[in-house]
Formats: sequence, structure tokens, C-alpha cells
Amino acid sequence: MSAKKKSRKRDEPTIQLRLYVAGQTTKSLGAFVNLKRICETHLAGRYRIEVIDLLKNPQLAAGDQILAVPTLVRRLPEPIKKIIGDLSNEERVLVGLDVVPVKAS
Amino acid sequence: MGLDEITDGGLPLGRPTLVAGSAGAGKTMLAVEFIVRGATRFGEPGVFMMFEENAEELAANVRSLGFDLDKLVAQKKIVLDHVHIERSEIEETGEYDLEGLFIRLGHAIDSIKAKRVVLDTLEALFSGLPNHAILRAELRRLFRWLKNRGMTAIITGEAGEKTITRYGLEEYVADCVIALDHRVNEQISTRRLRVVKYRGSAHGTNEYPFLIGERGLSVLPITSLRLDHKASPQRVSLGVPALDEMLGGKGVYRGSSVLVSGSSGTGKTTIGAAFINAACRRGERCLLFAYEESPAQIIRNMRSVGIDLGRWLDKGLLEIHSSRPTLQGLEQHLVMMHDAVASFHPSVVVVDPISNLTLEENESQIKPTLMRLIDFLKQEQITTLFASLTHGDSKNLEVSQVGVSSLTDTWLLLRNVEFDGERNRTLYVLKARGIGHSNQVREFLLSRNGVDLVDVYRGAKGVLIGSARVAQLASEGKAKKR
Repeated sequence: MSAKKKSRKRDEPTIQLRLYVAGQTTKSLGAFVNLKRICETHLAGRYRIEVIDLLKNPQLAAGDQILAVPTLVRRLPEPIKKIIGDLSNEERVLVGLDVVPVKAS
Repeated sequence: MGLDEITDGGLPLGRPTLVAGSAGAGKTMLAVEFIVRGATRFGEPGVFMMFEENAEELAANVRSLGFDLDKLVAQKKIVLDHVHIERSEIEETGEYDLEGLFIRLGHAIDSIKAKRVVLDTLEALFSGLPNHAILRAELRRLFRWLKNRGMTAIITGEAGEKTITRYGLEEYVADCVIALDHRVNEQISTRRLRVVKYRGSAHGTNEYPFLIGERGLSVLPITSLRLDHKASPQRVSLGVPALDEMLGGKGVYRGSSVLVSGSSGTGKTTIGAAFINAACRRGERCLLFAYEESPAQIIRNMRSVGIDLGRWLDKGLLEIHSSRPTLQGLEQHLVMMHDAVASFHPSVVVVDPISNLTLEENESQIKPTLMRLIDFLKQEQITTLFASLTHGDSKNLEVSQVGVSSLTDTWLLLRNVEFDGERNRTLYVLKARGIGHSNQVREFLLSRNGVDLVDVYRGAKGVLIGSARVAQLASEGKAKKR
């Protein structure tokens, strides 16, 4: 599809991601590491990650309807997407983010 | 609430309670009432976390019950938190936990120093989160966490087919389980409540009917667990001097119950009206539940025998509740009566006729519910008069009393006697607990001047009533004059 082809170009809008975690647990650290790796591989230069620690900002949990931790929220582009878990399954993360993977070279 | 009596003092403090029921059984209402009452009456702020409705919908739904959630939220007495899970926008990858929910709940609790928590239908989580293994482990942790924080909590759950709740939540909430049920019998629906389990409390195990009315949820019966009402030595007049005379000259005991039974047209309603009239004249408040006539009809008809109830109505001493018995189920009628009694505080209650309430249902159901009503009224020291219609021939009069006769203290029996081409009313006292009473049959007269009782003629010619009695007395009078 044409949208997917365009996604390689520079003027593509950035993907805004928010990672909700609760403290520095293995799961949250793992999720962050996994996310960073996936983004660098497939979305280099087109993403922004914001990490929110709910232990420090508990009032933010209600805003994005967070129940599970860690939760990755794709704020932009709309619609909002949520991925819960430690993001260990790269394929499912990409499906969840609606991102076409870059073929491993 | 009535639930407090059944559970012998309320829900377990600092522990979670599971309320299970099918759709429309009243789970959310019970939970809302728990939160609102806690915030307004007991100074215990509460967090209401809902998974199905959102805050606006809930506030709108319970406004009809007189609960103003928005105000309580503004006063920081309650927190409403809507947890929304959209299955379609959630993807699962790998390990996770529900710490987010914990944090959210914890934050809500801390923000108002809550003592009460409601989780209205946690089961929504099961459809939102596919990994049930994690979910179950987390729920177990959640209940433990609530307990550790000392929260008195209500968790609602959808009724399941084999288990109490569909996802077996009862497995985790082991302290107190209440089941709500909504069933339709003979086209009349009744809500019922049962305390399935309550650790460390002597709870009533029966099914109790309950009603969601204008003042929220009320559970009957209120006092059927004990039999310890006070017995007043005071006597009250029944409003017919000759009748009081038959009952040792002083009428019945205050707070006792009187059953007036008879076939149609024997004057039951009139006796009830005379009783009300006398009570209002003493300045006491009366409540009349009429299931056959409208208030206007009663007032007009009673005026024909010289009893003016209209003025008591105007003075606010009398309140008449008229409705068709088929309007609601028996239990709901009783709950309604209970509500009316609780708000009006009468010292006399008349139910006319009680037999109409029992028309559709079988006797085994009626007796316990009536017993609850009578017990409640006795506890409140309210003198009660029940009119009861009897059917069929005179032989059956004493048995067909729907089991209430053993519950009432005084029983007046009215009978039509056909004799000599005319029909006359007679009355006798079948029983009167603790009162020396006359064993004689009296003739019962209704005239423009009210109700009166006349001694029947007992003479050489046997017992005479009606015009035969008048004729006999007249002829004897003549004989004396000569």
C-alpha cells in the first residue's frame, strides 16, 4: 500500500509512544530495552518515547486507562493503540503498533 | 438497609464481600448504596471503581434513588473511577501484571482517605484481558492487598451457572458472599437476597426479598430473627364501645395485632374505620392500607355509617395507601408497607384486607412474609388491625385464615346469619391473648350513627337476632307493661 511505502520517507509524522511502568522492575526494564531495540530497528528517527513511572505519577494512570503494567500506548498517530506486557514478542509489538517491519539485511 | 440485621451487624469490616447476581438483580445499586451511606452517614469516604458504566451514567442512574453522586464527589467524600478496557485496542506481548490497577486504586484511596471500596464488575477484566492465568494471580493479590489496607470492599460479580459467579470470583473472596436474584413468579417479579456465606457472623441463611425503592435498597424482614418485642400493658379502644366491653371493657393491648375476618359484606372495613376514627380522636397517627377501595371511596362509604375519616386526612393524622394487590408481589407490598410505616410513624396500622395480598400465591410463602410484617409492627409497638376475607361456608371460617390467625393476638369473627328471611351480622371474639373476653355472640349493627353491638336475645325461644329479636323484645315489653 502507498502509506507503507511513504513510511520510509523523512516527512513521515513521528510516532509518539508512551511506556507506563511501575518502578524499576525486571518487567519494566525489559520492556524498555525491547521497545528501544524495536524502534531503533524499524522506526529509526521517527519515534519519540516517553516513559511514565506510575509510582511517581499515579494520577496519570486514569488518563490512558492503564491497568496492566508495563503498557505501551501509541498516542499518535490515531487511533490509540495499547500493548501490554514486556514487549518480548517483536512481531506482535509491530502488529500492535501497526508498523511494517524493516527487512533484516 | 435491613441487610445489617440479616448479617448481624453489617458487612465485614476491613474485608471484601462478594455480591453476585444476574443482570438486573441490583448489584450496582447495593454497591452504590454502600458507598453513599458510608460517605454520608458513617463518615467513611469510598472509592467506586466501575468497569462497565461510566461515571456520568452511574450518577444519572442512581439519581432516581435520591443519591447525588456529583455532590459527594465535589465534597471529596467519594471518588468515581471508570476503568475502561477496550479489547480491540489491546495487544498482549509477554509478561505483565496489573500494578497499574493497584496504583490507580491506591491513588484514589489515598486522595480521599477512603475506607470503602467498590469494584463493580471485576469480571469485565476477564473479557478485556486474554491471559486469565495472570489475571487470576493478580486478583488474588488484589484481594489480599485490599485486606491489608483494611478496606471494607464490595466486589460484584455476574452470576454463573454452576459457580456463584461466572469466573469463580468466590474463590478469592472467601469472607462474605451475598447472592442476589431476580425471579418472576406468576408474572410478578421479586428480588431476593441471600447471604451465602459469612465467616464469623451469625447470619440469616434464608432468602430475603428486597426492593429497590425511592429510598434505595430495603431488605425484608427486618426482625424475624428474634422474638423479643416488648409487651405493653396499655390498652387501646377499638372504637366501638360495646366491642371494647367484650374485651374486658378496655379494648386490646397497644402494639398487639387484631384479625377481623368474615365473608364479604360482614362489616370488616367498617370496624377498621371505627378503629382508625377512635385512634385519630386520641390524636394518634394512623396508616390505612386499602387494597379494595380508593381513598375517596372509603371516605364516602364510611360517611354513610357516621364515620368521617376525611377530617383526619386533612389534619395529617391519617394516611391512606390504596393500590391493587396485583401491582406488586407480596414481598414488595410488605417492603412498601414497611417504608410507609418507617416514614409516617403511625401508632395504628390497618390493612384491609390482608387476604387480597395472598390471593395469587400459595400459603407456604405467605406465612413467613406476614410474620415478618407482624413482627416488625410489634417491634415498633404499633397496634395493627388486619381485615381478612373468608370464603365459602361457615364451617371453613376458622381454618381458611391463611395461617395468620396464629400470629395475631386478637381475633374477631364476623358472620352473616340468615334467619327468618333476613340476613343479620353477628360478631364474636374467637380469641384474645391476655384479655378476659366475652364468649357471647353479639349482633353487629351498622347505622347512620356508626357501629354498635347489641346483645342477642336469649330466651325461652332460643337465640334471636334481627327483627325477630326486636319483635320478641317488643312483645316482652308489652307483656311487662300489662
